[in-house]
Amino acid sequence: MIKSPTIQILLVAAVVVVAASLLPLWVSGYVLGLLTIAYYFGVFSMAWDLLFGFAGEVNFGPTFLIGTGAYTAGILNNVYFLPIWVCLIAGTFAAVVGGLVLALPALRLRGPYFGLTTLVAVLILQNFIVVDAGLTGGEIGLTVPDVLTISAVANYQIALWFMAASGVILFAFSRSPVGLILQASGQDAVQAGALGFNVTKHKLAAFIISALFSGLAGSLLVFYFGSASIGTLVDVTVGVQVIIAAVLGGRRTILGAVLGAVFLIAMSELLRPLGDLSNFTVFTLALIVVLLFPDGFFGLLTRAKESVWP
Amino acid sequence: MSASHVLQVEGLFKRFGGLVAVKNISLNIGRGEILGLIGPNGSGKSTVMKLIMGIERPDAGSVRIADEEVAGLPSYKIARKGVGIVFQHSRPLHRQTVIENIKLALLPDRLTRLIVDPQTDKRARAIAARVGLSAVLDRLPSTLPFADLRKIEIAKAIARDPQVLLIDEPFAGLTQKETAAFSDLIAELRDDGHAILLVDHNVKSVARLVDRVLAMYVGEPIAEGSADEVMSNDTVRRVYLGGSIEATARPESSFADTERPFLEVDRVSVHYGKAQALEDVSIHIHVGEFVSVVGLNGAGKTTLFNAISGLVPYAGEIRQSGRPLRSVSAARVARNGIVQAPEGRELFVYMTVRENLDLGAHHLSPGEMSAQIDWLFELFPILRSRQNQAAGTLSGGEQQMLTIARALMMKPKLLILDEPTLGLAPIILEQISRILERLRQTTSISVLLGEQNVTFALPHADRVYVLEHARIIWQGSPNRFAAEAGQGYL
Repeated sequence: MIKSPTIQILLVAAVVVVAASLLPLWVSGYVLGLLTIAYYFGVFSMAWDLLFGFAGEVNFGPTFLIGTGAYTAGILNNVYFLPIWVCLIAGTFAAVVGGLVLALPALRLRGPYFGLTTLVAVLILQNFIVVDAGLTGGEIGLTVPDVLTISAVANYQIALWFMAASGVILFAFSRSPVGLILQASGQDAVQAGALGFNVTKHKLAAFIISALFSGLAGSLLVFYFGSASIGTLVDVTVGVQVIIAAVLGGRRTILGAVLGAVFLIAMSELLRPLGDLSNFTVFTLALIVVLLFPDGFFGLLTRAKESVWP
Repeated sequence: MSASHVLQVEGLFKRFGGLVAVKNISLNIGRGEILGLIGPNGSGKSTVMKLIMGIERPDAGSVRIADEEVAGLPSYKIARKGVGIVFQHSRPLHRQTVIENIKLALLPDRLTRLIVDPQTDKRARAIAARVGLSAVLDRLPSTLPFADLRKIEIAKAIARDPQVLLIDEPFAGLTQKETAAFSDLIAELRDDGHAILLVDHNVKSVARLVDRVLAMYVGEPIAEGSADEVMSNDTVRRVYLGGSIEATARPESSFADTERPFLEVDRVSVHYGKAQALEDVSIHIHVGEFVSVVGLNGAGKTTLFNAISGLVPYAGEIRQSGRPLRSVSAARVARNGIVQAPEGRELFVYMTVRENLDLGAHHLSPGEMSAQIDWLFELFPILRSRQNQAAGTLSGGEQQMLTIARALMMKPKLLILDEPTLGLAPIILEQISRILERLRQTTSISVLLGEQNVTFALPHADRVYVLEHARIIWQGSPNRFAAEAGQGYL
């Protein structure tokens, strides 16, 4: 299913990533720090788009997967002093297992109930973290002894290339035959079944892949921040930001989600002088973009091209 | 016999709650054979198809594909045993081209297949050529005419070369020319050796193609044989055309408003995207008159009623007592006395019967309201005893009565009934039929009834219109119907 628009999109994306890798030559450490966070959020949003845009399932709880991964990694490092790479693997694994435990029963439900289940999962995780404060740091947060590196540039490059690699894998998956089956399952499960596809199997696979990238990105973010807290990784509003970034970037585009994440973080920063009004303004802007351009930024960028294609 | 029959269905049963949708259906189809499964709306024929495909699980009975039992398996497994289905509504992937949509159907159900087998492209092109899509391979489905969308569905269904092919309403929405081309394609597929089940409303539309026909009515088989045999079968004729009609029709000249009828629909046309749903339709209804519009599924009845109710935009003119209705809102139309009891019933299922009725009367004064309720409870005694029950817990027939009663609560001048018989048992139909007759005898309410069940539509009608493929093709008194227009309804 490799066709020229796909190649073109990947080429453009490659140029953008290479250009972004040269940014440290010009911009301040502060801006690099913001972009580092934006790139991790980009991965969250791409993983979410795989579920929503392709499998057709609205996961209102992306932070359940992110938080499970992040806190598992953080706790292992904080309590057992395991090396970072072990914590990263364990965090990712925990997110996948958590995703499976959630998705196996939830995928039997139809319509809005899947989304509600995922939302409740976030609340359960959040409560668990607060209640078991001895292990998790509770509402104050969890501090980890190790960090990836203290160099802002190195952190930036790690985030950028992690995001690029995740993007390539998720994008390739979405354009592969399996991605096509997934899209058919999401759009019309009855018909997909009648064509001989085991819909549950494909949706479960999508959920696992989404959980894998969410968990890994969440774990990495802990070792970038040097801490984990509900407010930055688990809270429902964090999940809403992930979702808004994906929708802003463009549903079913995977790569668009990164644009959305960078936009959201950049806007919150630019509008910081507005104080309490800044979030209000960002979300209002997001609302307008979604209402006027339901295909998102990516849709706007590729529309001109598609209309030329017969 | 097992050697020659690819598909063998025996003693199939399916219940939905209290409703027995399929009762003891058995059928066999051999290679290179076409069986027509026909029945009016709600007869359970589509359910039979879903049971074979595994979209619904049968409660009892056996489905065998090439002597292998598949009843109860999920549909993806049944699909791999060699069954393909062409759904009535085409739902292609809109971001993918025609060829990609066909390739989808060729993909193996494996998570590890991340790169397309080069053979797939060749096979997809061959299938596209087979169904006549070669010219539009790289187009997006949204840019294609309806007939091509149907071809995509066929292409997907035959992609895995199924032994058994199920086709739901093969010709719905197609023009005559497209229908002919589609028939030829189905005939070719039969000659290729597929065993084909065609599901449709009436024998006539599939008569040229089928080897045998099985007719169903309210879940049960009523006749089986050649198309001619089934069409001349007494039970089938009674189900589709009714018995002899006791002509009670009142002539048009007997109505007071002969000069300017209460409602005039004047050369109205409606388009849904590319599909023409109504073409130049003109009808009129006098005060107190009972008019039936007879037509099969998809003929345009609901569209006509929705145009009158102000729910869809149209070309042409609709006038109430001489005044154009075009710029009048749907809510206003209803308050002015044109009230529709919709096909889907659209009751508030969690509210009680009484609350549903009260909602219909929110603009009446309390005195008027209780008088209206008393009259309705007298008309529908069963609703009185069910007052405090949630509407969703009523039987289908009771729900239909409630729908009509709620419409009557609004004190309509014209009551529009869209397919009130849908899915109801004959005994219920008789009750509703008696109520309609009382309305006709004792009130000045005009009734516009849309039906494909001719038996139900004719007895009370003063005049009948026949709607076919978006056009009025016949009008006259009910006692002339069987002789002049009845053949199309078998």
